[in-house]
Amino acid sequence: MQITRQAMPEQDAAARAANFLEVNLGLPERLALLEADRCLQCKDPRCMNGCPVGVNIPKFLDLLTAGKLAEAAQSLLCDNALPAVTGRVCPQETQCEAVCVRAGKGMPVGVGYLERYVADWARENRDQLPQVKPQPTGKKVAIVGSGPAGLTAAGELAKRGHDVTIYEALHKAGGVLIYGIPEFRLPKKIVAQEVQRLEAAGVKIECNVIIGRTYTIPELQEKFDAIFIANGAGLPVFMNVPGENFKGVYSANEYLTRINLMAAYDFPRSDTPVLNGQRVAVVGGGNVAMDAVRTAKRLGAKEAMIVYRRTHDELPARAEEVHHAEQEGIQFEFLTAPIEVIGNDKRWVTGMKCQKMKLGEPDSSGRRRPEVIPGSEFILDCDVVVVAIGTKANPLLTATCPDLKLNKWGNIVADENGATSIPGVFAGGDIVRGAATVILAMGDGKKSAQAMDNYLAELPKSVSLCAAV
Amino acid sequence: MHRILAKQTLSPNVTRLDVHAPRIAQIRQAGQFVIVHLSENAERIPLTVADSNSETGTITLVIQAVGKSTNELVALNVGDFIRDVAGPLGHPTEMIERGHALCIGGGVGTAVVHPIAQGLKQRGVQVTSVIGGRSKEWVIFEKELERYGKVVVCTDDGSYGRKGFVTDAAREILAAGKVEIVYAVGPVPMMRAVANLTRGLGVRTIVSLNPVMIDGTGMCGGCRVSLGSETKFACVDGPEFDGHLVNFDELQDRLSTYREFEQRSIACANGTCRMEKAAAANA
Repeated sequence: MQITRQAMPEQDAAARAANFLEVNLGLPERLALLEADRCLQCKDPRCMNGCPVGVNIPKFLDLLTAGKLAEAAQSLLCDNALPAVTGRVCPQETQCEAVCVRAGKGMPVGVGYLERYVADWARENRDQLPQVKPQPTGKKVAIVGSGPAGLTAAGELAKRGHDVTIYEALHKAGGVLIYGIPEFRLPKKIVAQEVQRLEAAGVKIECNVIIGRTYTIPELQEKFDAIFIANGAGLPVFMNVPGENFKGVYSANEYLTRINLMAAYDFPRSDTPVLNGQRVAVVGGGNVAMDAVRTAKRLGAKEAMIVYRRTHDELPARAEEVHHAEQEGIQFEFLTAPIEVIGNDKRWVTGMKCQKMKLGEPDSSGRRRPEVIPGSEFILDCDVVVVAIGTKANPLLTATCPDLKLNKWGNIVADENGATSIPGVFAGGDIVRGAATVILAMGDGKKSAQAMDNYLAELPKSVSLCAAV
Repeated sequence: MHRILAKQTLSPNVTRLDVHAPRIAQIRQAGQFVIVHLSENAERIPLTVADSNSETGTITLVIQAVGKSTNELVALNVGDFIRDVAGPLGHPTEMIERGHALCIGGGVGTAVVHPIAQGLKQRGVQVTSVIGGRSKEWVIFEKELERYGKVVVCTDDGSYGRKGFVTDAAREILAAGKVEIVYAVGPVPMMRAVANLTRGLGVRTIVSLNPVMIDGTGMCGGCRVSLGSETKFACVDGPEFDGHLVNFDELQDRLSTYREFEQRSIACANGTCRMEKAAAANA
């Protein structure tokens, strides 16, 4: 059995920094089979516990090694509603691969690469997978939001025969998978296929419906037997420094939405513009910051840089994104914290006044706290600033549902099964967690779907007041 | 898909569309807006709902054609469809319950004042409207506003009504009698002038802002406006704010962010964009 982990083939760094095509090209069949064979088929597989949706990793890898692709795909899809997505965007290095036995003796099995391989095979070979039509239960479920949590819950609930309707505020389904994560990391075609697969399974999706405005949760309660709220993290957080409203300062949400959802990279064929900065500074160190800075590079920025107040080791982004960013020539200004945005007399951004930091003692999160170095102020030249330091709860839905218990930050309070303070109303994803990851949101969707199924099973059979609606 | 049931040209570049959107027609309140998205490549455009009819299930949108997407919108005809209409968004207008309100509308903003005057009248508030435009042909919604109270029309060139700015007429009305609240919607310089006038008089003044916006649900933060030392999002905190606190200079400045892009977009749509021609020649 060979030891070395197969490398993911990828587009050349210089070429891809000028296009929006996917960076990772996917393992070819031969390498995928070699890699799958590296799995030791542990009796007590730790990788499964490392997975927020509990994918039976050894099982699908065993089937893959045996060349039984249809069965491998079936096994994977049974556990994970969106494997072509998670195979691309999950932080495997902190989850399944972190606890892989092989991680101790060299490199862990490339679980993410292989998940992607099997999921992509399944996308191309839909006809070879059995189509199971569940017995309708007659129960109606509403899902608020079509991001990873909502799509996962929808798939799980439809599989159990419930009548599912998703309400999406934007004009296209997919949530952060569409407006947030760029094409070069997650092609929009894949998201569209996953959405179509759900629709084929009977899930209805209504776009342009804002729960909290178009309808409220109490109104949905009249029509549905259960509700799952997964409307996402909502409002962008700004730095709250002077000059932040100068022209050229974006939230990462706005910058990425203009480019991903509204196709501003294709202006003027597409009508929505975006400022093409020559020197773009992205503040933050997470996945969203990496997405924004690499997007800026692809839009033609001569210099695209990350401004982060800690160091490389504390970057919260996926290791692969940081690595790819470095390859693409992204600059990193570590131990740097902006204190003011500087503009010219026309109020266009020309730079940021920053302070240098040093790392002090660990804080409550266990990370070393950045401390200001007095007298270290300097001006960082830039013409576009993208603020990617997080988001906070959107009040639109919760403000119109007074019975829903919130925490002090405005996030919905839900137990480990997603149950909220209102019976029959469940919640998951970023509206509960604050900003987290795609896979944690999917984990919430899966757990809540199970809990909702249990809840619905206990309801009297013909409860639907809404049969006529 | 939302069918257009009626269309009317109100002034040289201002068009009224009555659009089928039954749910929004049923629940919208004064001051609220919708996001309109015409097709896959179009911009998302925020538009205040000027009126609605819950029987026909229509909402009235009044559109000033300034960019490519708004030009495409007003080029639609009765029977055509708009792909996406989302809403109603934003907070409803803060209304007084009795007394006298002065409603000031400039240009296309007059259409936004209409539902406010309508709502005030329904509550039994005395409404006086002052509306203005560059010249006669730019004055809109005069007849509609007359249903709710006295209307004073102003034109910059004196071609209709009285000559001068809406602030001149407003100053006289404010001097003549008790006014509890002023609502002002129009170009930024007009709203700023009204706010400056009423600040000195201590009359509460509400303005409706229309900054750059993408989603309209609080997600992008593009619509941020400064109110005193606070930053607010027009889509979820507004779109109506205390006019005495709004930083109008910043608002006007931020509205100019994409001016060059807008001109390029229109030039390309008209086939006069040199870059596009060069690209076509090379293809």
